[in-house]
Amino acid sequence: MILVVLAALAPKIAPWDPNRPDVRKILDGPSRAHPLGTDQLGRDVFSRMLYGARVSLAVGFVSVGIATLIGIALGAAAGYHGGTIDAMVMRLVDLMLVFPRLFLLLAVLAFLRPSIWTIMAVIGLTGWMSVARLVRAEFLSLKEREFVLWSHSIGASSFRTIWRHILPNAIGPVLVAMTLGIPAAILTESGLSFLGLGVQPPHATWGNILNEGKDAIEIGWWLSAYPGVAILVTVLSYNLLGEGIRDALDPRLRQSVGRIVSRTR
Amino acid sequence: MLGYALRRLVLATPLLVGITFVSFLVIHLAPGEPVDIQSDESSTRSDAKIRQLLTETYGLDKPLHVQYWSWLTRLVRLDFGRSFSPDARPVLQKIGERLPVTLLLNIVELMIIVVLAIPIGVLSATRQYSTFDKITTIFVFVGFATPDFWLALMLMILFGVQLGWLPISGLRSPTWEYLAFWAQQWDFAAHLALPILVATFGGLAGFSRYMRQAMLEVVRQDYIQSARAKGLAESVVIGKHALRNALLPIVTVLGLSLPGLIGGSVIVESIFAIPGMGQLMVQAVFERDYPVIMGNLVIVATLTLVANLIADLTYSLVDPRIRVAARRSRR
Repeated sequence: MILVVLAALAPKIAPWDPNRPDVRKILDGPSRAHPLGTDQLGRDVFSRMLYGARVSLAVGFVSVGIATLIGIALGAAAGYHGGTIDAMVMRLVDLMLVFPRLFLLLAVLAFLRPSIWTIMAVIGLTGWMSVARLVRAEFLSLKEREFVLWSHSIGASSFRTIWRHILPNAIGPVLVAMTLGIPAAILTESGLSFLGLGVQPPHATWGNILNEGKDAIEIGWWLSAYPGVAILVTVLSYNLLGEGIRDALDPRLRQSVGRIVSRTR
Repeated sequence: MLGYALRRLVLATPLLVGITFVSFLVIHLAPGEPVDIQSDESSTRSDAKIRQLLTETYGLDKPLHVQYWSWLTRLVRLDFGRSFSPDARPVLQKIGERLPVTLLLNIVELMIIVVLAIPIGVLSATRQYSTFDKITTIFVFVGFATPDFWLALMLMILFGVQLGWLPISGLRSPTWEYLAFWAQQWDFAAHLALPILVATFGGLAGFSRYMRQAMLEVVRQDYIQSARAKGLAESVVIGKHALRNALLPIVTVLGLSLPGLIGGSVIVESIFAIPGMGQLMVQAVFERDYPVIMGNLVIVATLTLVANLIADLTYSLVDPRIRVAARRSRR
């Protein structure tokens, strides 16, 4: 949450213009004026990281949003209808899963001009498989329940049954998958930007600050150290959040047995 | 057993066709033809030449299914075309000389992960909520969250630049040829140390977590209780009865995690300048070397498919229930 606020307020907090170079202060170490130092062009790393947070988080949210929509649509269709549709969707999932994600992303990006939007789109398009599987599994068990039969018996359309009755009951695991998908998307984006194939300069993202830091590795450690810490902390907090939601939603996974045992000791 | 293996093989065939189809489609994914996009990139070669090359290679002026079919028939004969880069070597040859490096790296990584993750997982499961368990849990979460490229950079700064202990790029020192045999091996190992450390880190975290989870599930089962009740030593109960059953799901996870591991070699190889598939892929993307990109994609995906098949078969080999279930579902 703090991260989102910081990112939203970036223009207010940032002490310097993230893209304004200052030739007098090239590769300065951390100081009072520039808390995290400056880069090769004399730009303030702290300000760049704040702006980078906006891009990284936005990519995380939007791409996971895309992935979730596709995943729900395909997973729901497969789980609800079963039969041929199910078989086709699952074959597609299997197919997408044999491509190592980074290789596929690189191949697609070779043809598209990388911009923030294409990055969001391709990360979303290569990340829906786990959501689809989850939704399908939930639907398979939910569609046999009485309330679904009831909904059919009063003449509700399949779309309405799916949308109003089954989906709300299946949303828990999807929420967990989304929370865990965001850090994965952020990692992927920063990896791509690090390779120089993600979001292009002068837009700052944590990945491309790191990429620039790599070239100055022997003089400016601060350039590479801080963006990495930012990524680590962000990903860590989303992972913990995801685990927390999972525990809250599914008491079975809380290893209750272990806890009872340890309490009785 | 043989029947089961054959069945899996038959199921994998449509996937293989799918792989080639997706790899082929990628070239048409871009809005407009790939040749158009080429023209507004600052390419060293002239647009007209690229346009001609692309049209020639893939018959872009023909209908889609004709293009795919001709590409596919060449693929079946293992003809991946020639690279667009100035050397114009066959794609297969280019990939062939890099494949062993990536395979070696990934196999070594996988072995290290398995060898370390199993004891870690077992220990933290049998001593749930102990200090050891807490420390490994923290390690797991940090391991999940650490960007591998950043870890690589930090280790390069520490071991390569500050301490100067390990080489930070390539596979061999420039003086390699003049070294004695064992010194050569040592040099090679030293070059691999950092990349393998980086690539192992995240995977190790994941596996020890799965192992812990699987172990926790098994330990709760009745047959473990009865093994204990029989008066078996705890080491036998854990080491024999529990471990064997906990290892089953791990085989599947191992197969499923392979794409991630191979994908990770893209980043590790580019950072440490290791001439493997990943580095080739990145170079090809920068040079817009389309035949190499497509060839890479097909081969990497096929490798993953084969690895998954092996994992599946291993699973059925160690767990007879799977074979029986498969036989039953056929009826």
